[in-house]
Amino acid sequence: MPVTATSPTPSTVTSLKVRSGRTIELLLLLLALGIVTLSYITVNVTAVGELPADVWWHVGGFAALGLGLHVVLRRRARYADPLLLPLATLLNGLGLVMIHRIDLVPGQLGTSGVASRQLMWTALAMVMAAVVLLVLRDHRVLRRFTYIAMALGFVLLLLPMLPVIGQTVNGSRLWIRIGPFSFQPGELAKIAVAVFFAGYLVSTRDALSLVGRRVLGLQLPRARDLGPILVAWGLSVLILVLQRDLGSSLLFFGLFVAVLYVATERTSWIIIGLSLFVGGCLLAWRLFSHVQSRVTLWLDPFAPEQSDQVAKGLMGLAHGGIFGAGLGNGYPYITYYANSDYIVASFGEELGMVGLFALLMLYALLVERGLRTAIGSRDGFGKLLAVGLSFTVALQVFVIVGGITRVIPLTGLTTPFLSAGGSSLLANWIIVALLLRVSDAARRPISERRQDPSIDAAEREEARA
Amino acid sequence: MNTPIRRLALVVFAMFTALLLSTTWIQFVQAEDLRDRAGNRRTLIENYSRDRGAILVDGTPIAASEPTDDELEWLRRYQQPSRYAHLTGYYSFTYGAGLGLERAEDSLLAGTDDSLFYQRLSDVVTGKPASGASIELTIDPQVQAAAVEALGDRRGAAVALDPQTGQILAMVSRPSFDPNALSSHQLNAVDEAYVALTEDPAQPLTNRAIAGDLYPPGSTFKLVLAAAALESGQYEPDTELEGGLTYTLPGTETTLPNFGGAACDPEDTPTLAESVQVSCNTSFAWLAGELGADAIREQAEAFGFGEPLEVPMSVTPSIYPEEMDDAQLALTGIGQFEVRETPMQVAMISAAIANDGVTMSPYLVEEVRNSDLEVIESAEPRSRSRAISSETATDLTAMMELVVEQGSGQGAALPEVQVAGKTGTAEYGNSGAAHAWFTGFAPADDPQIAVAVIVESATDNWAGETGGQIAAPIARAMLDAGVQR
Repeated sequence: MPVTATSPTPSTVTSLKVRSGRTIELLLLLLALGIVTLSYITVNVTAVGELPADVWWHVGGFAALGLGLHVVLRRRARYADPLLLPLATLLNGLGLVMIHRIDLVPGQLGTSGVASRQLMWTALAMVMAAVVLLVLRDHRVLRRFTYIAMALGFVLLLLPMLPVIGQTVNGSRLWIRIGPFSFQPGELAKIAVAVFFAGYLVSTRDALSLVGRRVLGLQLPRARDLGPILVAWGLSVLILVLQRDLGSSLLFFGLFVAVLYVATERTSWIIIGLSLFVGGCLLAWRLFSHVQSRVTLWLDPFAPEQSDQVAKGLMGLAHGGIFGAGLGNGYPYITYYANSDYIVASFGEELGMVGLFALLMLYALLVERGLRTAIGSRDGFGKLLAVGLSFTVALQVFVIVGGITRVIPLTGLTTPFLSAGGSSLLANWIIVALLLRVSDAARRPISERRQDPSIDAAEREEARA
Repeated sequence: MNTPIRRLALVVFAMFTALLLSTTWIQFVQAEDLRDRAGNRRTLIENYSRDRGAILVDGTPIAASEPTDDELEWLRRYQQPSRYAHLTGYYSFTYGAGLGLERAEDSLLAGTDDSLFYQRLSDVVTGKPASGASIELTIDPQVQAAAVEALGDRRGAAVALDPQTGQILAMVSRPSFDPNALSSHQLNAVDEAYVALTEDPAQPLTNRAIAGDLYPPGSTFKLVLAAAALESGQYEPDTELEGGLTYTLPGTETTLPNFGGAACDPEDTPTLAESVQVSCNTSFAWLAGELGADAIREQAEAFGFGEPLEVPMSVTPSIYPEEMDDAQLALTGIGQFEVRETPMQVAMISAAIANDGVTMSPYLVEEVRNSDLEVIESAEPRSRSRAISSETATDLTAMMELVVEQGSGQGAALPEVQVAGKTGTAEYGNSGAAHAWFTGFAPADDPQIAVAVIVESATDNWAGETGGQIAAPIARAMLDAGVQR
């Protein structure tokens, strides 16, 4: 019996089988863990001449966490992007190595134990990523929490302003302290705000891009469409300005403009956004002395009677040169915040320009996989969420590394996955978990798509609107 | 929504490109400038991880590094700090390589100099720890010791040169300091010592021999005038000059007396030779007017005035003033008004006269050896210029011999050795206080050593004290040590 062109045959079915990517993920993960282990050994041998007893504990524990997440992905997100987990694991692992290295200042007995605390936070963050993947079966569920996310974002941003638990560190009021634990809730607010932007814009994107008047060639939307998001963004930036957190202000602003642009596909938003940004910068520069001193240091890091923070970082980078002093062989601890804000300068000193290039490539790859997830995503909310989250990572790397290398004035920010600090690790692992979840949905073959009547109904409604 | 996402990806690409470029700029293009910046602690610690080369006098180290157990692996020690502090300078973790050879030859001592490239390469290949070059000085320990002892606690400076080569045989500045206090690894104590030294009104860190405030040369400048007169061809040693009891400065009613109000010559017409011998003020003030500022300046420049010099420490150029009226010109004839000299320059003038009229470039570093003790640099005497003719040199020598035999410089006379010299008493301000000078060489017929000595604020000129009484004995101690070497 002749086979018709339209009827399915066994051969076409097999050619449609999508590779889950879990095997390649495992191989890359093992490679990442191998690099981390070797770096850990190198640092110890170079800096103290021997392997401390707890090294195997640390390395083993970290490997178990990475492999554990891999197992979770195999069970609950089979089609997730296979590069995200190895990239995040490698960055987190290298961060642990450098923090441990900075603990080992020669001539000082014992260590400050920052690395142990960081490992503890790593465990918590990776377990939290697993929990997100296990609890959140479909990222579209988050859309229901659009306004709750907005409220949550505000609460998180406002927490440090509360008496008693709020803490001012280095002039910025960004921390809360409960007992022995300190936490920077703004890091998590970033995710809540990204969820809110994605949820709100996916509903109003048509109104924003099509309804409204044209002024000077720019399409301006109606106030009631743009109002809520402008207010939300304005308030969050205002809070951050009050808290003197320039870096996060920049981050929220960039996130806002990027997601708005993607949602509306109107270049005018970029122009409006950039004008507002330049205006905001000039205003901040006029109003705040701490902004002025940052600008002075940016233009002349060796200016007399100014902080020598930027200068010390530059000297560290210069000491590293092209190939670096070698892991454990430099003097990164001379720089202030060598294991947090300035950890990239520490890497630059010991791994050199070549090492920094490699690190930047890891970030670029991570962001690229995030944007690819957005492009491949089949729903608008997933697209905007993935764009928002991956652009946040890119912008954060740009702001902090650009601040250290004098592309822009220095604003204090953590370097994703590398910097010492629990809140940052937690936030970035949740971002990776969300990207993994969206990418799982994006890469899942149609035959295996999960059906959720309530979500599908919402999407149909949206399509009608 | 995919098109804007792709465009956004381009923005991300641009951001990362900017970071790659800025990283390259700092770690590749600017790296060396940043590493060499003063106060770069990383470079300092890095330097401490190498065995910094020694500074040697006659084969004995006066500065050397000792291994330690602390983070800064090597401790810099100075063996005879009171004798050599201004030559060695200091090497401090907090303040870097300062003053003296520690600063001037930092890259050789640290082992980073280009001339040590192959040494560094072979160290890397053979796995030998990196180390700096050692520097052997031209200093004669006996002359240096004589100068230090003779100067004692007085404020001033002394320089001794080998007139035939330009080797610096001694260089002393007083008061001095202990560089060990600055090289210590007790950083707080170093800070205290440094603040105390910089705030001390006596300025012990200043090397008065080459880099202090320039001094008025007083009568030692009469050698330059006499040289200019002889070189002009219009004067002989026995040419009679006009020189009465006083000299009225041209265009003023101010009269310039001779020292102690004495006559230079019964007929008020001392010869050039007599004028040098008794250090006659009136005849030299008159001679300055006769020669003119240009001729004097040319002669001064032939001796080295106004020219930068590195020994390898920088020597402040001496000054003969540019703009002046006739009265001021007359004053320059006796080394007053705005004539300013370093003791090194004064010594160079005596050395030129001693060396048949040729000035040699002074130098302090005899040899540089790498850590394998191979000589990588060896000094060769270099003549700078012919300052005066051979005949002028002979005439001046004869006049200077008379100064020591019968004139103001008898304090420098040595038994059985003919010494040539010139004293000076340089007034400054209006207090009557004056600096005491002596410069000269010995033996006069076969010069082995030329010296210049200044003792600051040594005398009360109005009380009739002269430079010869205070500075000449110090010079004699140095000359004595020098002729015996």
